[in-house]
Amino acid sequence: MVDITDITFAALSVVAVGGAFAALEAREIIYGAVGLAASFFGVASLFFLLESPFFAVFQITVYVGAVAVLILFTVMLVREGKWFGDSMGPGATVAAIITVVALIVSLVSSFEAAKLSTAKQATAPSFVNIGQLLTGQYAPALEFLALVLAASVLGALTLAKVEPPVKAQAEEEKP
Amino acid sequence: MTVSLTDYLIVSALMFGVGIYGLVTKRNAMRLVFSVEILVNAANINFIAFNRFLWPAALGQTAVLFSIALAAAEAAVILAIVVVAYRIHDDVDVGELRNLKG
Repeated sequence: MVDITDITFAALSVVAVGGAFAALEAREIIYGAVGLAASFFGVASLFFLLESPFFAVFQITVYVGAVAVLILFTVMLVREGKWFGDSMGPGATVAAIITVVALIVSLVSSFEAAKLSTAKQATAPSFVNIGQLLTGQYAPALEFLALVLAASVLGALTLAKVEPPVKAQAEEEKP
Repeated sequence: MTVSLTDYLIVSALMFGVGIYGLVTKRNAMRLVFSVEILVNAANINFIAFNRFLWPAALGQTAVLFSIALAAAEAAVILAIVVVAYRIHDDVDVGELRNLKG
């Protein structure tokens, strides 16, 4: 018996995995960035399906809203015409496909062998649970996370101000 | 037939496989950034799915909050490095960036 949840789940899985594959294999890297955003959106919808609306919205704001836009801007900054030859070559592709197929087969067979519970917990965790954990047990981790975020933003800003010495010299040597 | 925990884990494993494939085969720094983000997302699906099916409290969801925030911080730094590398080398091919090689 196929109900609407199964169909939704299948469609969202296709969006998540297919978007990820399109991100890597799209010929124009800018389409790849759009595919990555679609993949993030599919993952966020899977979170909705798992009754975690807070993290679905968090995923959309952070990944689709911030990271995907950041990636799009970077792609536009560093775009070149020669995006086609960005693969390691056929040998690496064959090795990667063998590795990935072996990985997926072993993972899936271990999931099947584990006989995991098919029933969900009676109630989904609510906002209250998340808030209690974040302000109680994990409050130090949250503070530390804020510091890490601030440090990474400062680091990114500092990196962005680095002058390219090699390029400047090359331009001086040119007549 | 309802969607079980194993189905979510299989989707997550597929996404993880796509990410590994990208990390192994691509040499464009932007594609490698894509691959890393895909890997992080695959792990996050696992966290939320295990939390929903096996644990009544919100422990796994809280882990996802930390994971997403760290991934965002990491993306900001990596993208800054990519822009700097592009300004210095006019290229983002990781096969060409050999300044640190001894």
